[in-house]
Amino acid sequence: MAFSGLNNEESNRSEDQVIVATDRASDEAIVRFENVGLRYGLGPEVLKDVNFALQKGSFHFLIGESGAGKSSLLKLIYLALKPSRGLISLFGHDIATTPRPDLPALRRRVGVVFQEFKLLNHLSAYDNVALPLRVAGARESVVKKHVSELLAWVGLEQHMQARPPTLSGGQQQRVSIARAIIARPRLLLADEPTGNVDDVMGFRLMHLFEELNRLGTTVVIATHNMQVVERLGHGRLLLDDGRLTMENARAKVAPKAENLVAGGRQEALVAAEAAAAADSFGKYPGDSETFGDPSSLKNYP
Amino acid sequence: MFKFISRRSDLPLDHDAHSRFLPWLIAFMVFLAVLAMAGMFMLNTIAERWDQGVTGTLTVQISPAEDPSEDDPRLQAVLKVLASTKAIDRYEVISDERVLKLLEPWLGGVANSKDLPLPRLVDVELHSGAQLNAIKLTNQINKIAPGTRVDDHRIWLDRLVSLIRTVQMLATAVLFFIGFATVGTVVFTTRTGLAIHSEAIEVLHLIGAQDAYIARQFASRALALGLAGGLLGLALGIPTLMGIGYLIGRMDGFLVPSLQLGAYDWVIVGFLPIGVAVIATVTARMTVLRSLRRML
Repeated sequence: MAFSGLNNEESNRSEDQVIVATDRASDEAIVRFENVGLRYGLGPEVLKDVNFALQKGSFHFLIGESGAGKSSLLKLIYLALKPSRGLISLFGHDIATTPRPDLPALRRRVGVVFQEFKLLNHLSAYDNVALPLRVAGARESVVKKHVSELLAWVGLEQHMQARPPTLSGGQQQRVSIARAIIARPRLLLADEPTGNVDDVMGFRLMHLFEELNRLGTTVVIATHNMQVVERLGHGRLLLDDGRLTMENARAKVAPKAENLVAGGRQEALVAAEAAAAADSFGKYPGDSETFGDPSSLKNYP
Repeated sequence: MFKFISRRSDLPLDHDAHSRFLPWLIAFMVFLAVLAMAGMFMLNTIAERWDQGVTGTLTVQISPAEDPSEDDPRLQAVLKVLASTKAIDRYEVISDERVLKLLEPWLGGVANSKDLPLPRLVDVELHSGAQLNAIKLTNQINKIAPGTRVDDHRIWLDRLVSLIRTVQMLATAVLFFIGFATVGTVVFTTRTGLAIHSEAIEVLHLIGAQDAYIARQFASRALALGLAGGLLGLALGIPTLMGIGYLIGRMDGFLVPSLQLGAYDWVIVGFLPIGVAVIATVTARMTVLRSLRRML
């Protein structure tokens, strides 16, 4: 049994739902932008000549000032927008030439943590997290098992039936993240995922993203939190006035001991929690024996 | 209300205020459709009954001669012509007593055959499927008995049946209008639902839901509401039909036959709610699919 893959026996998806996009070439970039430009209506270009490629298993921070185009860039990647010009390739598929009925299968391989969560307020936390599995045609028994485990893992086992408006911002954030990763996406996009949580939770979330990345998920996180960016040291996509430049990964910056002393209780707490997070998130279902070998990710829709 | 036939939905369609009116509108449509359809069937029954009952008969009316002693010879001569006409199966002279009885409503009981010159009437029945040229027969008879009239019932019957068929066509048109109105209502309701839930639909879309997955949710809701409304309309329509049937049954007359629907007719009327529910379902699905096609 594998959390990491809804195989044919587990899913009862219909014919139109089984259009599973395959990587055209496993060593090809997961995402490729070539001379991409984007403008809204007749307005000025918010993205200009964007060129980059994200390799499978990479981890990048998307940084830039407000209005630089971070959200627009993410929207182009998760296929919420069409570029005004240029070529976008996702999992080896040229989006411009991919038939529309095949796009949902590509979207299912992209998990998105929206800045404003985009949870469905009339559904419980459980049903919100279950959505990606249900749209993929998973059986309810499979949905129940995976959603319950994942919600427990993000610390919301007591709030499964709670509706989003009754949850705190941090809890909603975790529901949103659980929804993004429940279907074990190959590409995870997060738009300011630490914007609504405290520093401790911010680091815990980052650790979660690193765990997913370690299991093979390509991660792109748009953030303003330069402290996190500096500390984790992953590659950067820097957006400035709609133009993008890439920076390679740097060495991780460990929290300095003197900072722990001089920075007061809060800094110490953050550092301690970040360290403890490694243990607590080590029990991530996808990494446990219960859910099998991460290599079975290839079976995922 | 009507939740009993609605499936689990990712969209809060159950809570839409605008869709609460849909079953009532559909109930009204189905109620009208039941009446229109029953009327159509009833008219069809009447037309067939008249067609079968009166087709193939005609009446020969021989005017009284100035000299009453000539009446019988004229009658015999006419009968001879009728007997020699191949299309005629049988004929029967109507007695004066019966003629007087027919005239009684107009002349009263004081009329006496001896005081009143009465026409001689002959009931004629044609062979089944036989074609008779009434004008030619009239001319032939008039040569031996001037002033004689041949009343071919098919002429007025054809006009009557034609009238009934026209009314039937109108009833059919009314059914189509009801269908169009139902489709229009469902399209409007579905589009409103799409607008209200656009954000939730966007989320489903972005997490990889096929258009058909989203459309299925609207279609399921339309099916539930259509079926509920249809059954309600039928529940109102059947007692109404029975009431009209009862009122017609109290009247005695040839022109107002009893409102009796056959088993086949009742089955068709009974399927109206299902038909309307299917129309609502297909309409909702197509409306959603067409709208979603505009999304990336």
